[in-house]
Amino acid sequence: MPEPVTKAHPYIPNSSPITRAEMLATVGVESAADLYDGIPKRLKLGRPLNLPPALTSERDLRRHVQGLLNKNIPVTNVISFLGGGCWQHDIPAVCDEINSRMEFLTAYGGDTYADLGKYQAIFEFQSMIGELTGFDMVSAPVYDWAGATTSALMMAARITGRRKALIPRAISAEKRSHIANVAQSQVDVVEIGYDPGTGLLDMNDLQAKIGSDVGAVYIENPNYLGIIETQGPEIAEIAHNHGALFIVGVDGISLGVLAPPADYGADLVAGEAQGFGVHMQYSGGLCGFIASRDEPQILAEYPYLMVSIAPGTVEGEIGFGWSTMERTSYDKREHARDYAGTTQWLWGITTAVYLSLLGPEGLREVGEGILQRSHYAAKQLATVPGVQVPLAGSHFKEFVVNFDDSGTSVRDINVALRERGIYGGHDLSQERPELGQSALYCVTEVHTKANIDTLVSALKEVLA
Amino acid sequence: MNSIHTPRAYHGAKWDEPIVLDMGAPGERGYIPPAVEPEIAASVGDGASLIPAGMRRSTPPRLPEMAQPSVLRHYLRLSQMTMGAHITPDASLGTCTMKYSPLVNEEMARTPQMGEMHPYQDDDTAQGILEIIYGLERMLCEISGMDAFTFQPAGGSQAIFANACIIRAYHASRGEAEQRTDIISTSFSHPIDCAAPAVAGFRVITLTPGPNGYPDLGALKAAVSNRTAGLMMTNPEDTGIFNPYVEEFTRIVHEAGGLCAYDQANANGILGITRARENGFDMCQFNLHKTFSVPHGSAGGSCGAGGVTAELAKFLPAPMVVKEGDRFRWDYDRPDSIGKVRSFHGNVQAVLRSYAWIMAHGAEGIQTVAETAVLNNNYLATKLGAIPGVSIPYGGNGHRLQEVRYSWQDLLDETGVSTEDVRRRIVDFGLQGYFTSHHPVLVPEPFTLEPCESYSRADLDEYATVLGHIADEARTNPEHVRAAPHSAAIHRIQEDVINDPARLAMTWRGYQKKQGAAREVATS
Repeated sequence: MPEPVTKAHPYIPNSSPITRAEMLATVGVESAADLYDGIPKRLKLGRPLNLPPALTSERDLRRHVQGLLNKNIPVTNVISFLGGGCWQHDIPAVCDEINSRMEFLTAYGGDTYADLGKYQAIFEFQSMIGELTGFDMVSAPVYDWAGATTSALMMAARITGRRKALIPRAISAEKRSHIANVAQSQVDVVEIGYDPGTGLLDMNDLQAKIGSDVGAVYIENPNYLGIIETQGPEIAEIAHNHGALFIVGVDGISLGVLAPPADYGADLVAGEAQGFGVHMQYSGGLCGFIASRDEPQILAEYPYLMVSIAPGTVEGEIGFGWSTMERTSYDKREHARDYAGTTQWLWGITTAVYLSLLGPEGLREVGEGILQRSHYAAKQLATVPGVQVPLAGSHFKEFVVNFDDSGTSVRDINVALRERGIYGGHDLSQERPELGQSALYCVTEVHTKANIDTLVSALKEVLA
Repeated sequence: MNSIHTPRAYHGAKWDEPIVLDMGAPGERGYIPPAVEPEIAASVGDGASLIPAGMRRSTPPRLPEMAQPSVLRHYLRLSQMTMGAHITPDASLGTCTMKYSPLVNEEMARTPQMGEMHPYQDDDTAQGILEIIYGLERMLCEISGMDAFTFQPAGGSQAIFANACIIRAYHASRGEAEQRTDIISTSFSHPIDCAAPAVAGFRVITLTPGPNGYPDLGALKAAVSNRTAGLMMTNPEDTGIFNPYVEEFTRIVHEAGGLCAYDQANANGILGITRARENGFDMCQFNLHKTFSVPHGSAGGSCGAGGVTAELAKFLPAPMVVKEGDRFRWDYDRPDSIGKVRSFHGNVQAVLRSYAWIMAHGAEGIQTVAETAVLNNNYLATKLGAIPGVSIPYGGNGHRLQEVRYSWQDLLDETGVSTEDVRRRIVDFGLQGYFTSHHPVLVPEPFTLEPCESYSRADLDEYATVLGHIADEARTNPEHVRAAPHSAAIHRIQEDVINDPARLAMTWRGYQKKQGAAREVATS
């Protein structure tokens, strides 16, 4: 069958008809169709795909795709108080420049000798997460916080040989579903309630449910409802007294001001790095991590890729490489108990850039500024008739706002706020029925006093 | 400039950069956060006072203190010591489909209309991105013959894991969860096709290749039973060979009551040629960073798009985009869903890029992609087959598709130079160190090349020239090859250290502790 004559595609060098003909001749076939002699004829589609007409001109493509995108109303066009596991933070320009670099953007699985810089950047990511959490052992980037938590729970089950894990009821529905689905072959989950007055973990419930069959006690700090958990040392002691590992989930950006989990007895940390200079991207900016002490029996259970430093054979040189691949599903195949793969390395590199820019002082200032703004917002919102901030525990950047007394649903309130250019807090009324008509408000360093005051005025108007 | 007959006189950037934690000076800073208004401070006090005493950080984290230009320069230098696929014709990473990622897509992915979207914002404010997700789903359904796609999985492994969960949920829904314990896979499928079902709780049976490079029907029939839950395999396999019995494979597994999941990470050569549906599969996944041009990001974030037949659509991870009239919305009400495999909606920025990439090609362009990928592969194989020392195991299967797993066994026998030696040496010529093989290593001294459609004939000629040159060197100066690299950012590292628990270190603090301990031992 002779070759059809087509115009070369700009992304495909050898689609030039002349080159293509010469290459076919080199291979010794008449047409590209002849190259598919390994596929049985009956399996071939035998018709053109039914796809929209090609937009091969960049201008046409941009007009169409950007035209669609322009129907979106991003948070930067409004004032947004959405959080719940993906957050709007300030992003230094250097972060975007580095993660746009084609060298990092288009690298992949190449090894040390071609991709030294990629490995060093990820080693620096791991190193700085180690400084924040207080641990010497840190994974390369994980899919997201939920993935890190689920893997940490499975690690604990394997290390202790115990299936039962205690997790807080104050956890996101997203993460709860993730754990239930992904870990079900290895972990049985039991929930620990929270104090309805403070939002802190219910210690009586923990005492009632802990036992010698528990492999892991997991808490989050701050928890999903925004509350800073103050009982870490006691929880650690209870877990350790029963032979369980203590796992702490963290929103990384809080660790400039909050104590590192290693200081209050954590054995494993699972956390989220999206706040470290990565755009939300409708959730595409998430990037998890796991950290622990450097002990061989813990390392053996890490499922993810990890980058180790290694001296060069030439004096003074320092290199890096994928470490202990025998831990991972790449080597274990059918013996794997968790899986590795392409995760979120570009955001790991971005995190390294962000933390280098901020340093200890910048990260402290960001954390303190978040605390001040979010507490100011909570205080001001509590003055609005019909509005309460029900949980008394101190919060970091998120907090629950309850509208029961207003007689208006969060859904209706958020519609009215949207008409005023405000995205209200995430509606908790479906996933947290015990909180009534409540929303999870998120305030970060991007919010000004004017933004918060605008919200308060708008709510007064809406609820009047 | 050299000609295609002489290797390029390349030298990699070598910056000898310190670890960033050792850089900077006390008091330097690269960023000032937005100031807190005095009225806020007056109202709530200082930030530290808002933290319960026991939870305040007592010692600042040991992060670097660096001015902005120093941070920028450090990471620019690290980037220069990284050989991305836009820098070099990356035919090296076989199975990874290192294709061109069009810059116009990068531009659009970095607009606020993509970057500044929150996953919980109201659907009415996200109609554009929802239409794009829906549109890519429709196009991938046509390309695969499946009926529904999820984009929640953030990579190929995660999508294959999701498929294993769907197989589990399907059998549970029929009351056969206890009975259906076995998943069947093949040696030349990606390791995740065995690992994912194992993590989901299945027993895995791996079929080994026969003389043609793929398992025969007899092996499959011996493995199938009333315990069979499903088949999870790649095709073409890592060898670039298409198992021509695949239709019988899926039929036999179906007859036994199992489901069939197609790992389509290796789909680039068969787009528009053959589809999951006609091959009898119930599920498939595409790695958007491979076949559909999403930049690999040094190892993500990307997307494993998981496709299923209509019968299995109810099991897909929630939520899914649905269209009602002209409006799009997320449907969370999916009681049979396996649940989450990744938070929220996955790496949606990858979905955007793949949507744009397919739109830039159309049906004819997609077919040109596949045909050119296969042509490039066979062209390179023709050139490499002529290099003494290179062999192509499992001949006689017709033409290879998108990639070939070659062998340097003959070169090793003749010169003592191994595939690992050549792999380091090609970096000296500005090429990415190639991928050898997934585990288990069945082809001896393997290397796997995938010269996808993004590379020109001159690129392929250059690649062949370099490998021919190194094979010559192996005969004339084998020590030089074994000692490579010579013109990269670094010489050989002490590779044993990274796998020795006593000496490896994943953090700078861990490394310094171990170094300190080693020094103490040495001086005592």
